[in-house]
Amino acid sequence: MKDIEKEGFGRRDFLKSAVAGGAVAAAATAAVVTTQPAQAQPAGTAASGYAYLNLDEAAFVEAMVDHMVPADQYSPKGTDMGLAIFIDRALAGGWGKGERLYMQGPWKPGVPSQGYQLPLTPAELYRAGIAATNAHCAKTYGKTFDRLDAKQKQEVLIGLSSAKITFSDGLPVRVFWSTVYQTVIEGMFADPIYGGNRDKAGWKMIGFPGVIATHAQDIIKYRDKKFPADYTSISDMS
Amino acid sequence: MAKVMKEVDAVIIGLGWTGGILAKELAEAGMSVVALERGTMRDPAKDYALPNIRDELRYVQRHDLMMNTARDTLTIRNNPSQEALPMRKLGSFLPGDVVGGSAVHWSGHTWRWTDNEFKIRSNYEARYGKKFIPGDMTIQDWGITYAELEPYYDKFEYTAAVSGKAGNIRGKIQAGGNPFEAPRARDYPLPPLTPILSSEVFSEAARNAGYHPFPRPSANASRAYVNPDGSKFGACQYCGYCQRFGCEANAKGSPHMTVIPIAMSKPNFELRANAWVTRIIKDASGKRVTGVAYTNVLNGEEFIQPASMVLLTAYAINNVHLMLLSGIGKPYDPVSQTGVIGKNYCYQTGAGATLFFEGRNFNPFINAGGSNATMDDFNINPDFDRGQLGFVGGYSIGAGFNTALPIGYRPVPRGTPQWGTEWKAATSKWYQTAMNIGASGGVMANRYNYYDLDPTYRNAFGLPLMRMTFDYKDNEHKMGRHAAAQINALAKTMNPTHLNEASARTDPWTVVPYQSTHNTGGTIMGSNPGNSALNKYLQSWDCHNLFVVGANVFPHNASYNPTGPVGALAYWTADAIKNRYVKNPGMLV
Amino acid sequence: MFAEAAKNHGYHPFPRPVANASRAYTNPDGSKFGACEYCGFCERFGCEANAKGSPLITVIPIAMRNPNFELRTNAWVTKVLKDSSGKKVTGVTYTNTLNGEEFEQPAGMVVLTAYAINNTHLMLLSGIGKPYDPVSQTGVVGRNYCYQTGAAAQLFFDGKHFNPFMSTGGLNVGIDDFHYDWNFDRAPHGFVGGYNLAGGMTHGRPISYRPLPAGTPQWGSEWKAASAKWYNSAMIISSSGSVMANRYNYFELDPNYRNAFGLPLMRMTFDYKPNEHKMGQHAAGVINKIAKSMNPTMMNPAVARTEPWSVVPYQSTHNTGGTIMGTNPGNSVVNKYLQSWDCHNLFVMGAGVFPHNSAYNPTGPVGALAYWAADAIKNRYLKNPGSLV
Repeated sequence: MKDIEKEGFGRRDFLKSAVAGGAVAAAATAAVVTTQPAQAQPAGTAASGYAYLNLDEAAFVEAMVDHMVPADQYSPKGTDMGLAIFIDRALAGGWGKGERLYMQGPWKPGVPSQGYQLPLTPAELYRAGIAATNAHCAKTYGKTFDRLDAKQKQEVLIGLSSAKITFSDGLPVRVFWSTVYQTVIEGMFADPIYGGNRDKAGWKMIGFPGVIATHAQDIIKYRDKKFPADYTSISDMS
Repeated sequence: MAKVMKEVDAVIIGLGWTGGILAKELAEAGMSVVALERGTMRDPAKDYALPNIRDELRYVQRHDLMMNTARDTLTIRNNPSQEALPMRKLGSFLPGDVVGGSAVHWSGHTWRWTDNEFKIRSNYEARYGKKFIPGDMTIQDWGITYAELEPYYDKFEYTAAVSGKAGNIRGKIQAGGNPFEAPRARDYPLPPLTPILSSEVFSEAARNAGYHPFPRPSANASRAYVNPDGSKFGACQYCGYCQRFGCEANAKGSPHMTVIPIAMSKPNFELRANAWVTRIIKDASGKRVTGVAYTNVLNGEEFIQPASMVLLTAYAINNVHLMLLSGIGKPYDPVSQTGVIGKNYCYQTGAGATLFFEGRNFNPFINAGGSNATMDDFNINPDFDRGQLGFVGGYSIGAGFNTALPIGYRPVPRGTPQWGTEWKAATSKWYQTAMNIGASGGVMANRYNYYDLDPTYRNAFGLPLMRMTFDYKDNEHKMGRHAAAQINALAKTMNPTHLNEASARTDPWTVVPYQSTHNTGGTIMGSNPGNSALNKYLQSWDCHNLFVVGANVFPHNASYNPTGPVGALAYWTADAIKNRYVKNPGMLV
Repeated sequence: MFAEAAKNHGYHPFPRPVANASRAYTNPDGSKFGACEYCGFCERFGCEANAKGSPLITVIPIAMRNPNFELRTNAWVTKVLKDSSGKKVTGVTYTNTLNGEEFEQPAGMVVLTAYAINNTHLMLLSGIGKPYDPVSQTGVVGRNYCYQTGAAAQLFFDGKHFNPFMSTGGLNVGIDDFHYDWNFDRAPHGFVGGYNLAGGMTHGRPISYRPLPAGTPQWGSEWKAASAKWYNSAMIISSSGSVMANRYNYFELDPNYRNAFGLPLMRMTFDYKPNEHKMGQHAAGVINKIAKSMNPTMMNPAVARTEPWSVVPYQSTHNTGGTIMGTNPGNSVVNKYLQSWDCHNLFVMGAGVFPHNSAYNPTGPVGALAYWAADAIKNRYLKNPGSLV
């Protein structure tokens, strides 16, 4: 996929054209075993591919996290840190589907004191917000967010974060942005078992050691000294 | 038709600190006790074990051990002229939802509230005059004294493994402790936790400014310990994952590793988890309760548990909700100022500054729940004169770290962009080189801060949600301004590279972000049934076989965390039940 | 294979008509279809080849090109509004589900096309027409709810490759000999209605389709061996049968439970009656007869259903009735033009208008009736608003 994107083809175009009968899957389809039973393959790395984000949404999220978290001396870029994968899994999972949200109506806009009042789960909010943002981008720049240049992306994100952009379908921008921002931060700093913070790059950026059994010896030993973190995640310790 | 269970001597609603203490005390006294807990059973050895307990996303952001608003929540408004809307996700406060309650994942800060609070109205009237207290400020004396509660504070501190330094033992001021505290019979069971750099830096500045900092007393065992009941504590590991988490080292005082296992070892005690009490049942006279109705949340089946007495220990908020749902006591109406159930809801206020010290290493991830130095010079200091300042109450100021994990804690100077390379540079530079100084202030009771039942919204059981009407009033704003000024003055003496100054809050109270789970009031204790729901033994004035225990009994909220008096009052009430009530059931006052 | 066996029994097999374009096609409105790709991911899925006939690729884009048409999505209609006389509707109220805001949309006419179940629910919530009561047998809105019945046999042919993953929406062959053949004498069997039989594939998607002979363990090596052996070597013969309207099968509003909008849920009271049981027994008999004649290696025979209808597992989305059409306002909700007898500017479409359900899928008449009603509206109603009958 990455090579194709370098050529400027874009992943969405690739998958759309695959309908015409080209080889879609990179892996060959397994033949139905009729003769000798093959040994089952041991489980490999987690499957790639998005469980919730559609093609347009994936392009948006990838472009957004790579813009907000560019590659520099502090960390790899967002997609290389797994931020888009984190976001996809969060939206596909229980939190995204509103398992901890009171979902009964009636719904009133309320005042800011009253917090979140939309009839949308986080996954629905993300879906609606991306669509609305892309509609804004199409109207303003003639292109969807993922096709904008860096300056235009920055304008859009500033517009969302300051609520200077408003969505015509009634979706409140502030609410969308705060959920988006929260998931980006979580993707950077949550334990890597959730798909983000790949190689603990987020933790390494700030020197947070991660999962630690004990600091009982460190509390005096490293007082006012930089702590030489080992950067351990849950799976390192499992 | 609900299935009727076999009658018991006592049914306990909710098994956190208060329910756990009562369960142990009453079971030890030989009573037949059933505890109904809406949350799930947890096995600390598995559920709070490494490495999976060290998961900020799960326990801090996704609230894994806390109540699920999809099932039950409250509606929220700032004042009676607004329409209350549901708190659709957790925010400002985080009630618990497991066996052990929020006491599983608290920080452990444990204080002794004194006659300073218990006689608040008398004290202020005597010192500042009746007119000093605004007409809508409905503070009142508690009807109990520090002297009565002193042995019970001691008992709770020794049970929960509170580490600290006494400041006043039998009248003799102790160096290193809080010089303003009320006299105590003996020191804490454990010495203070090892201080961290931020609290030491703060303490030095505070001392230089003439204040009296001391280590915050906290139920995090500073060394391995066996409490008087035989419960074993490990030493705190300063792991930095305290508040919001269960403790894998058994160092944090919690009911699930102290009083609950003891109760569960008794054949006359039974715990039913996943049991959601929907109603306390009264008899025809309305002067006695006969038991409770509850639902098994595993399959929706309904039950009745008859009992000779009911102990309502479901956490401050839920206690008030159940009283209202059950029609016990007269609901409070702020317009006519009649009724008592729901009145005097209070909360906590605060202000904070962030100080950036280039080149220093604060190691914010190395700390215990109680890694904090604090000072009471603007709180219970008798020389702190409010006459010119015009506010009732006080605040403590302190510094340290408690659960400073990176999703939630990434200090940057104000004005830093929120993404991009510049953001990453600032986050990387300041995460380990910043510290906070914070004030925690009390909230005085007000006519218009109260609970009642919501007219529109219902929970998953079809029962009305409780409505919380609350805002900070002028009193809290004045105090907040004073606190912010003191914090900033002190912070500046420390010469930080940058300072995000503390500012007093001016906006209304909001249900986001997280602020404090110190919700108090709603079924307040007192000496007069006309203006309180419970007597000094936390016995309902309406139904003598109903006792309600938790911070819901506080007629106002102070600067201090509530669990000290909550735990002490639970032991106090247990004694009153064991030694007096069961021998002669009836009003104890 | 099924067609041959059916012919051998004297039946009349034919390919089931299905809206999956067998080759590239442009329809009379100019909508372009791709050829069906036999991808095996038809029902439950959107079609990436534009081969499946769907409003999304035909009529809706045409409407959307028209400046006098506006689509609002995320718009949940909660009520159809009546005027004070109750004889005309004035519009609808709806909620923007992106932010909870409520709106009123006034209109000269209302067309209720929200799917059979939701159409009846909205009529009940809006108080249009008299709700049906099965005890007194008064009222019309909610009556004559019908469903579908069925039976199936699974045939296992060792050594054959059916390739179930290569299929379309309707890759099978059917016979109507027990449905629309009026020569099929029901008298000795004592049931009203009929069923059609079909043989072939539905799909090969492995979470839900793993044909196993009855008695196979549900896990372990033996299970895996059987799953591997039979996945590609099984086929089904199934029946789809009618359900006749019954006094006690109906819709109404529930007294206890509410939806997220706080509105009462609709209550569905339904079970198969002796009529359907008798028919099911007959169908099972015919299925098994044909199946046996095909000499499968093994067979899970069709069994007529005896238990009550249950809401699990998936059976059919052919819910019909509730707002039935007829010639008499005393026993129907809409007239032959699907116009409400109560409010002449309200039209209600969908399978809710069927007074009973037959063996066939409903979408054919549903689509035809939509065009029929559209013509009545365009050519007659708009020129002269009022009852068309």
